Formats: sequence, C-alpha cells, structure tokens
Amino acid sequence: MSDIAIPRIRSSRDIASEGRAAQFVLIGLAALFLLGFLFLPLIVVIVEGFRHGPAEFLEALADPDAVAAIKLTLLVAAIAVPFNAVVGVAAAWSIAKFNFRGKNLLITFIDLPFSVSPVISGLVYVLLFGAQSWLGPWLKSHHIEIIFAVPGIVLATVFVTFPFVARELIPLMQAQGTSEEEASLTLGASGWYTFFNVTLPNIKWALLYGVLLCNARAMGEFGAVSVVSGHIRGLTNTMPLHIEILYNEFNFAAAFAVATLLAGLALLTLVLKSALEWRYADSLASAQKH
Amino acid sequence: MSVTVSVKNIEKNFGRFPALRGVSLNVDGGELVALLGPSGSGKTTLLRAIAGLEEFDSGEVFFGDINANELTLRERRIGFVFQQYALFKHMSVMDNIAFGLRARPRASRPPKATIRARVVELLSLVQLDGLEARFPAQLSGGQRQRVALARALAIEPRVLLLDEPFGALDAKVRKDLRRWLRELHDRTGHTTLFVTHDQEEAFELADRVAILNKGKIEQIGTPIQIVNHPATEFVADFIDGIDLKRIDTVAGSDAARQAHKLKVIR
Amino acid sequence: MALLLPRLREPSVIPGFGLTLGFTVAALSLIVLIPLSALVLYAASIGPSGFWAIASDPRVFAALRLSFGAALIAAAINTVFGLLLSWVLVRYRFPGRRFIDAAVDLPFALPTAVAGIAMAAVYAPNGWIGSIADKLGFKIAFTPVGVVLALVFIGLPFVVRTVQPVLEEVEREIEEASALLGASRLRTVFKVVLPQIYPALLTGATLAFARGIGEYGSVIFIAGNIPMVSEIAPLLIVIKLEEFDYRGATVIALLMLIISFALLMLINLFQAWSRRRLGDV
Repeated sequence: MSDIAIPRIRSSRDIASEGRAAQFVLIGLAALFLLGFLFLPLIVVIVEGFRHGPAEFLEALADPDAVAAIKLTLLVAAIAVPFNAVVGVAAAWSIAKFNFRGKNLLITFIDLPFSVSPVISGLVYVLLFGAQSWLGPWLKSHHIEIIFAVPGIVLATVFVTFPFVARELIPLMQAQGTSEEEASLTLGASGWYTFFNVTLPNIKWALLYGVLLCNARAMGEFGAVSVVSGHIRGLTNTMPLHIEILYNEFNFAAAFAVATLLAGLALLTLVLKSALEWRYADSLASAQKH
Repeated sequence: MSVTVSVKNIEKNFGRFPALRGVSLNVDGGELVALLGPSGSGKTTLLRAIAGLEEFDSGEVFFGDINANELTLRERRIGFVFQQYALFKHMSVMDNIAFGLRARPRASRPPKATIRARVVELLSLVQLDGLEARFPAQLSGGQRQRVALARALAIEPRVLLLDEPFGALDAKVRKDLRRWLRELHDRTGHTTLFVTHDQEEAFELADRVAILNKGKIEQIGTPIQIVNHPATEFVADFIDGIDLKRIDTVAGSDAARQAHKLKVIR
Repeated sequence: MALLLPRLREPSVIPGFGLTLGFTVAALSLIVLIPLSALVLYAASIGPSGFWAIASDPRVFAALRLSFGAALIAAAINTVFGLLLSWVLVRYRFPGRRFIDAAVDLPFALPTAVAGIAMAAVYAPNGWIGSIADKLGFKIAFTPVGVVLALVFIGLPFVVRTVQPVLEEVEREIEEASALLGASRLRTVFKVVLPQIYPALLTGATLAFARGIGEYGSVIFIAGNIPMVSEIAPLLIVIKLEEFDYRGATVIALLMLIISFALLMLINLFQAWSRRRLGDV
C-alpha cells in the first residue's frame, strides 16, 4: 500500500501551464522587447524634442512653416475623414442589408488601398494628373493644380484611408442583420428615419472607432503625400513632410518637436482606441480579442 | 379595427425553390388564425408576404377592399411581431413602443403627451406597468415579447401578424403567455395571424387553423373540424396525438365561434 | 423600389440600395479603381522591351531584393516576438497587462515619418543604442540591418493582432488531456497548442510581410539609402519621379505589385491546402 505513490494534487491549471519561473521569464522577455524596442522610439521623440528646453520646443511649433504644415494636415484630415466615413457607412449598408452578385468583389476592391504601398498610392495620382499625364496638359490649360498642390494631397490621403471605416462597419452590420430595420419599416418609419434612429445608434461606437483609425492614418500619412506634394514649404507640406524637411536640414530638435505633436496624437488615438475596445467590445466587430 | 384579410393565390419562389405554391386564405375581421406546419412549409414566408416584408411573384393580398400592392410597407399599418422580437436594443421600452407614433410625418404625428399616454396605456394592457425606463437587455424573454407586441399595437394596425411568438421562450412561460395572448386578442379584437409549428399551441389559441405543407395549404378549419375531419393524409399524420379534450380550445369555451364559415381552399 | 437590375440582387424591402451602392461604387471607382488602372495602362503603354530594360537594371534589382528580403526577415523575426507577445498577453495575468496590450498598437498608430526619424535617432552611430553598437564595432543604422529593424517595428502589430484571437480560442482541455497523457509542458506547447495557431501566425506574418514590402516613411531615415546597398524599392520610385522618369517609376511599382501579388497568392494557396488537411482553425 505504501509503495503506491500518490502524487501531490495540484490544480488543473497547474497541469496545463508553464511553471512560474518560465512564466516570469516569458513576461520579462515580452516586456523587455516592448519597452526596449517598441517604446524606445516614442521616448526618443519626446526627449529629443525637448532637448533644448521647452522654449525652443514651442518656437519650433510656432514657426510659420510649421504652423502652415499643421493647418494643412488638419485640413486634409477634415476632408478625408468625413468623406471616408460616409463612404464606409454607405458601403456597409449596401453590403450588409442586401444580397447581390459581386458583393465579394466589392469588398476586395474596397480593401485594395490597404495592400498597396503608400508610395504607389501617390504614384497613381501623379500618373493620372501629373504634368506628363494624359490629363496633364488639359489641367494646365485650365489652371487646375492637382499634383504638387493641396487637391492632390487630399486625393492621395483619401485613397490611403479609404477602407478604414468600411472595414470596421461591414462585419458589424452584417452581424446585426436587418430585423431591426424591418421592424422599423413595418412600424411606419421612412428609410432615413430608420437609418438615423435605428441603425446609426447601433453602429455608433464602431463608426467612432473607424473614424479614429482613419484620422490617425490621415494625419500621419507620409509616403503617398510625399509623392504628390512637391514639398513646397509653407504651401504643400503636411506635418510629416515638414518633419522630413527639418530632419534633412539637420534641424533635429525642431524635427522632433513637431514629431512630438504627432506622437501625442498617436498616444491619444491609442488611449481612445483602447477605451472604446474595453467598454464597447460587443459593439465593435473587430475588438473582440482583448 | 377589425379588417378582413384576403390572400389570393400567392406564389413565391426563392431562386428555384418554391416556397409558396398558390396559397389562398380568407380571414374574417377580428379572427385569430394560426398558420401551422413543419419547418419549410412556407408559413413564415406567407406571413411575411402578407406583411409586405417579402415580395411575391404572383397573387394578391387584400386588406378589406384595399389591394396591398398599392401600399408601400409604411402605408400598410401592419403590426408585426418578429420571432426574435427585433426590439431596438439601444432604446428604452418607452421609446420602443412609441417608435411607430414618433416616426410619423409631422402632419400626422400625435403630440408628445398623447404618445406618452398611449404608451403607458399599452404597457398596462400587456401587463408591464412601470417598465418604461427599462432597456430590452434588462427584460426577460416573456417581457420582451410583450414589449414587441405593445410596440406593434401602438400604431393601431389593421392586422396583427406574429411570427412564432413564443418560439424563444421556455415551456412554462409559453403556456402562460398563450392564455394571455388569447385574452388580449379578445379584448382588442384585432384580426390576427400567427405562425407556429406547435400543434397544441395552434389548436389552443386559434379560431381557425390553416395547416401548411410544402408551400400549400392542406386544410383550414376550426380545431374541431380538423381533428374530426382531417382533409388529407398529411393533416391526419400531423395532428396525430392531439387530444382535444386535453386542450382548452377556443371552440370548447365559446360555442358561438363554431358559426364560422368553413372555407377549405386548396 | 424599381428593380432596374432584375436578377442582380435579391429583392428586399429595405430602401437605399441604389443610393448606397451607387455612391460606393462611384467613390471606389474615382478614388481607387481609375487611378490604379492608370498605373496599369501606363505600364502597358511602355511595352515589353521598355519594361524589361528598366526591370533588368541592377539598381532596380537591388532595391527590390532589399525590400522583399528585409520584409521577409522582419516578418520572420516578428513571428517569434509576435508569438511571444500574444502568448504572454492571452495566457498570463500580470500588472500592466492591459497597458502592454494597448501598446502593441503603437507602431500602427504612430505616423511612419515619426517612427522613421525616431528609429534613426536611436540606432545611428551617435544614437542611444547605436552608440553602444558603434563601440562594439558594428553599424545598425544606414545598413540593411537598420531597414530590417524598422520593418520589425511596423510589422509587429499585424502578427500579434492576428494571433491573439485565435490563441484565445484554444481549448484548455486539450492541453490538460495532453498533460494527463504524460506529455511534458514543452511538448504540449509545441506539439499540441502551437499547431493550432500556425495558420493564424502565417496569416499575421504575411500581413506584416506585405506591409513591409511597401513601407517607406519608417525606413528611409534609418536606411542610409545608398544605391545598390540600402535603397528600398519605394524610395527608388520616388527618386525616379523626382527625375520625371515616370516610366521607371511605373515599372518598379508594377514589379512590386506583381511580385507581391504572386507571393500572397502562393501563401493563400498554402493556407487553403493546410486548412483542407488539418481543418479550419
């Protein structure tokens, strides 16, 4: 009887998990990687931005070219984000509430800008509207400037951020189905009344989430805008482009100062994004992971 | 409030699948008719076709003298209770029930106070007094069902259509609500059609039962007529085991209803 | 609603089909499809001989090789670290876990130019980490190594966010069964648990890879941009454009798109094949 060794009973969680030591090591490695590699750039931006003190930091931001860049960034976002939000809602409505042939093709096409390099995204507009393009001479003769001017920047940004809102809304609205809308219609509501009072409240958090991501990308876009912009100081430089110019002039402190602003935007985006994910996980299609 | 419903020879195909193959039905004003049948028999499709939620390939639906084809979905004034209730989850019970009234164009919209009073009245009718401020997520299944019903009744519908109204509830609640629905119907007098796959439920609740199979109506009649004179083999099989003595049928409790004209339409 | 396109859609009582689909297709065409077609059409007008002349330029070849190669290596590195992070985030509870979870998205939210100059600052010979490397005798920034590092940075969230949900779905009972059958923890992890997430891992790595190929802003500051050595393909496109060499730019762009498309197709086929064999995860 005594030679049957009864093992010490451990909880089932013990059987199917790594030892404490291993866990510790893994967590440590992960944290080290995160802080030492992922976070380091962020910290560097802020430290280098303030390297010469807060006064110079503010001076860099108050510089007229910097102010122009900030304004242009805001303008571009103010156009691109609402437009893509409307597109996203329209696309999600047509895809989620109806069945039609070619639906999958439509979804694939909407996703295209995601898989295209930002530089190529800008290139296509240069080929379409640039001086050597087919439309080039016509545009020139009508004094319409697209490339190397603000409209081109707006277009390239819209291209790059096109799928963001749609991608958030489509799976959610597909999961929500059509029964609430049908109920609303049987109760006598019009299509628009149904949309604003029934559909929109059901998608508002996902819409906000999509707009948040769309905005972050719109303000931070570099490659595509760089190609179409022409880099004309004070006129066609967004914040990222302005940062590039400053950096290339070895004006590092100023470059990092402006970069800090964008980094702050990134942090704000992250905070809001996480807040939305934590509180409204079931209202967001894509946030079911955390 | 009690409008007759006439369905004339409706056909509906989903692609190549014939869901309804020439279905006709006449419902008298104030009648409570059950559409009974196995899954896939077309009963929900028929209900939705009458509601205007599905377009059909041929045939006509009349509400009284009015051809429903001339009405848009909004104009039909159908009270529809969905199988999963389709309550507006972000709205309170008050807002859900008031929805149809508030959605009316300004010209025909009742004043706020009137709407509020009506909602309270309806809540009382469905025995959910005091729950105006609750949200659907905070209600039980049976409560949600009654809110859905109140919401449909709020617009003073011509006809009340219920899609498997008790399908999502457990047995005890189902039995209680059945009784309650019948009493409600007797009080309000709406012409009502409801879909169910539960024979007992159909026979207990309805003035007349229409048995559907594979897109056709096999028989329509009062419960007693069907049980005593099943018209086809399918019907006989389908109602096998129903013991009218055990069920508290409407006919059993009100002899006057037996005077309904029997319309067996194939 | 009048059915102008009879059999193309199922009839429905919900309004707004024409309006929403019309608007969506119009926006899609104007913003995305027509400009992309312009690329294809222009490339077609160059003709095969012109195309080949540019494509066979050693500088172009070097740039493509760097972009694809560095993206591949970065994706591989991200596979390891992404798996580590996903595992730790899904399986363990520790103070700061939510913070780390949110932080994983940083490369995704941070503008590429900001990431670019920051990484350059960190890994340049006089930078925070670069100076340590410099003392040890090797360079990070202004070499292909720098390119890889930058691509690891921006690709990480793709792996983690793809693997996390799948890892969460793994049933604990299967691990317990394995342990009860006598398998060591290591064996259980590598033979029982991880195989369930390999498809997701591959998908995430593929996404990171695809993103890395076309990445521009995060890379050009740290890369050094020396032709034939540390010049990425997107940069070469920009240079060609600045020289008004539209044809060169177009050819490189098309090459990038074609090769990416082919590689992604291959990976998708492999995924489909493995799904058939092992069941969907």
